[in-house]
Amino acid sequence: MRNGTEPSLRRSRRLPMSSPLTKGSLLALATVFSVWVLGRTFLFLRDATLPQWFLALAAIVWGVGGSMLLFTLLANFVEQFPPRWRRGLVPLVFVGPAAAIVVIYLALPALRTLIQSFYDAKGENFVGLANYVYAFTSQEMLVSFRNNFLFWLLFGTGFSVILGLIVAVLADRTHPVFERIVKAVIFMPMAISMVGASVIWKFVYEYRPAGVNQIGLLNAVLTALGGEPRAWLLTPFWNNLFLVAIFIWLQTGFAMVVFSAAIKAVPEELLEAGRIDGANEVQVFLHITLPNIRGSVLTVTTTIILVALKIFDIVQSMTGGNYGTQVIANVQYTQMFRLFNYGRAAAVAMVLLAVVLPIMIYNLRDFSKRTEAF
Amino acid sequence: MSRNSPASVQRRKSHLTPGRILVYAILIFLVVIWITPTLGLLVSSFRPAEDVRSTGWWTVFTQQSEARFTLDNYRYALGLPVQGQVVNPRYKTVGLQNAILNSLAVAIPSTVIPILIAAIAAYGFAWIRFPGRRWLFILIVGLMSVPLQVSLIPILRDYIKIGLNGTYLGVWLAHTGFGLPLAVYLLYNYISTIPRDIFESAFIDGASHFTIFTRLILPLSTPALASFATFQFLWTWNDLLVALVFLSADSSTQVLTQRLLGLMGSFGQDWHLLTAGAFISMILPLTVFFLLQRYFVRGLTAGSVKE
Repeated sequence: MRNGTEPSLRRSRRLPMSSPLTKGSLLALATVFSVWVLGRTFLFLRDATLPQWFLALAAIVWGVGGSMLLFTLLANFVEQFPPRWRRGLVPLVFVGPAAAIVVIYLALPALRTLIQSFYDAKGENFVGLANYVYAFTSQEMLVSFRNNFLFWLLFGTGFSVILGLIVAVLADRTHPVFERIVKAVIFMPMAISMVGASVIWKFVYEYRPAGVNQIGLLNAVLTALGGEPRAWLLTPFWNNLFLVAIFIWLQTGFAMVVFSAAIKAVPEELLEAGRIDGANEVQVFLHITLPNIRGSVLTVTTTIILVALKIFDIVQSMTGGNYGTQVIANVQYTQMFRLFNYGRAAAVAMVLLAVVLPIMIYNLRDFSKRTEAF
Repeated sequence: MSRNSPASVQRRKSHLTPGRILVYAILIFLVVIWITPTLGLLVSSFRPAEDVRSTGWWTVFTQQSEARFTLDNYRYALGLPVQGQVVNPRYKTVGLQNAILNSLAVAIPSTVIPILIAAIAAYGFAWIRFPGRRWLFILIVGLMSVPLQVSLIPILRDYIKIGLNGTYLGVWLAHTGFGLPLAVYLLYNYISTIPRDIFESAFIDGASHFTIFTRLILPLSTPALASFATFQFLWTWNDLLVALVFLSADSSTQVLTQRLLGLMGSFGQDWHLLTAGAFISMILPLTVFFLLQRYFVRGLTAGSVKE
C-alpha cells in the first residue's frame, strides 16, 4: 500500500513517474480514453455491415474485455488516493457498479412502471385507475387469474414438488448407477428452453381428424385403444392441464435434485432409530425425513411458485394465449408489444408484482434475519 | 432383536422384495414418460419431411422396413446445400446459422459481465467495511424475485431514446441487471466463507483490494463462479421474453428461441425444420449442463439444504 509516510527502500528506488499523482492522472486519462474508445467501437459495431460471425465475435470481445478493462483501470485509479479518501472510494468501485445496475434496471423501473400504470396508452394523459379496472375486470385478465392460480400455481407447482419428492425418495433406495440414470433423465429438461420444450410437446399433442394417421403420440395411443382423437390444445379449460404438463416435465428435475441432496443429508442413525421403533418406510418418511427437509421443501416450492406465476414462454409458443389459456405475463406482453398500450401493460405488470409480493416479503424477512450478523 | 442386526440391514438393501420391485417399476415408468417426448423429437428430426407430416415417429420402430432417415432437415436448418433436390425457396430464409451466432453473442457476454460485476460486488460486501453495507446488500438481493415484466416498458423506452434498442449491448445490460441479484447472492455466500487468514497476510504485505480480488479471491471462487455461470448461461441462451422485447426490431439479430417461435407459428406445416432447429438449440445447453452439472447442482442446493 502506498502510504507515503513510511518510505521503504524499494519505493525510494522507483522513478518519479510512479508517484501516486502521476500514476493517478495517467490512470484517469486511460480510463477516459478507454470509455471513449469503447463508445466509438460500440457505435461502429452497431452500424457496421460486416459478416455476422465477425460482428458476434467482436461484440463478445468488446463486451467482456471492455468491462474487465474499466474495472482494472478504476480499481487502480482509486488506489492512488490518500488512505482517507480511499476508504470511501474503494467500496464505491467494488459495490457501486452492481448497485447502480440493479437500481437502474430493477428498482427505478418498478417505480416508473407504477407511475405509468396511471396513464393512458401512450403515457400522456392521467387516467386514474382505469388501467387497474381493466386489469381486474376484463375477461382475459379474469381467465388469466384462474389459469395462473388454479392451473399453473396449484397443479404446476403441486405436481412438480410432489413428483420431485417421490423420485428423490424412491431413487435414494435403488442401486447407485440406476439412481444416477434416473436423476439424469428427470433432470435433463432443466437445460432445455421452454420454447424447445414446447416444440417437443407439440409432437405429443398434435391432432389429426379421426380416420387419418395420427402423428401426435397422445392421440395415437388414444386411437389405438379405440378412442376418438382429441384436439388437446383447443379444448378450453382442459387444455390448460396439457400446458401445465410441460411445466411439470421441466420443473420436477429441479425439485428432485434439491430434495435428493437434502434427503442424503438426513443422518442415517435417525432413520434407523425410527425403524427400530417399528415404523414402516412410509412412517419413517413422514415423521423423520420430511420434517428434516422442511427447509428445502419450502425453498423449492416458493421458487417454483415464482416461475409458475410468471409463466410466459410455454403459453406464448403453444397457444399464444388463445382458447382460454391466457396468463398474466402473456397479457402484459400482448398489451405492451402487440397493442402498444403502455398504460394497461404497466398496470398488468404491477398486478404481476402484487401476486408475487407475498413470496418476496417472505424471502426478504428470511433474508434480513440471516444477515443480522453482517 | 435379530431384525436390526447389521446383517438384516444388509439384506434389506440387496434383496428383491415386492416393495423394491415396485420402487424400480415406478421409477422406470417415470423415466419412460420423461424421455419419450424428447426421443420422439430426435427421431423425427432425422426423418424426411413427408414422413414427418404423414406418420408418427414411432413407426420407424414398428415398421422398420419402411423407415427412412435423412440429414436434410439439419442441412436446411443450418443453411447448407441439399443435393439432388429442388429447394423450396422459402427454406432459404429458414437457415438458423445466424441465429446460433446471435444466441452466442447474446449469451456469452450476458454470462460473463454479470459474473464479473457480481464477484466484485460480493467481495466488496464480504471483505470491505463501509456504512450502509447491509441495507445495500438487502436491496440488491431483495430484488431477486421482482418479475422482470415491471422493468420492460421503462427500459424499452429508454433504449429507444438512446439508440440501444435492438443492440447486443442493450440485451447484455438487461440480462446483467436481471441476473445480478442472484449472482451477488450466490457469490457472496461463497466468498464470505473464504477463511480470513488467507488474505490477512496479503494485506500485511501491502496488497490492494484489487490485487487480493484478482489474485486470490477469483481463483479461489471458481466453483461458485462456475455454478452461477451455468445458471446464467442456460437462462440467457434459453430466454425468450428479453430477446423478444429488446431484439425483435431486426430479424438479422434474432436469437434461436425467437426463430423457433417464428417457425412454430408461421410455418406450422414445416415440422421437419422445427425438429432439427429445436435440437440444434438444445445441443449447447445440454452439453454445458452435463459438463458442469456438479457446479450447477451445488448452486441449486446452496443455502436451501443447510437450513
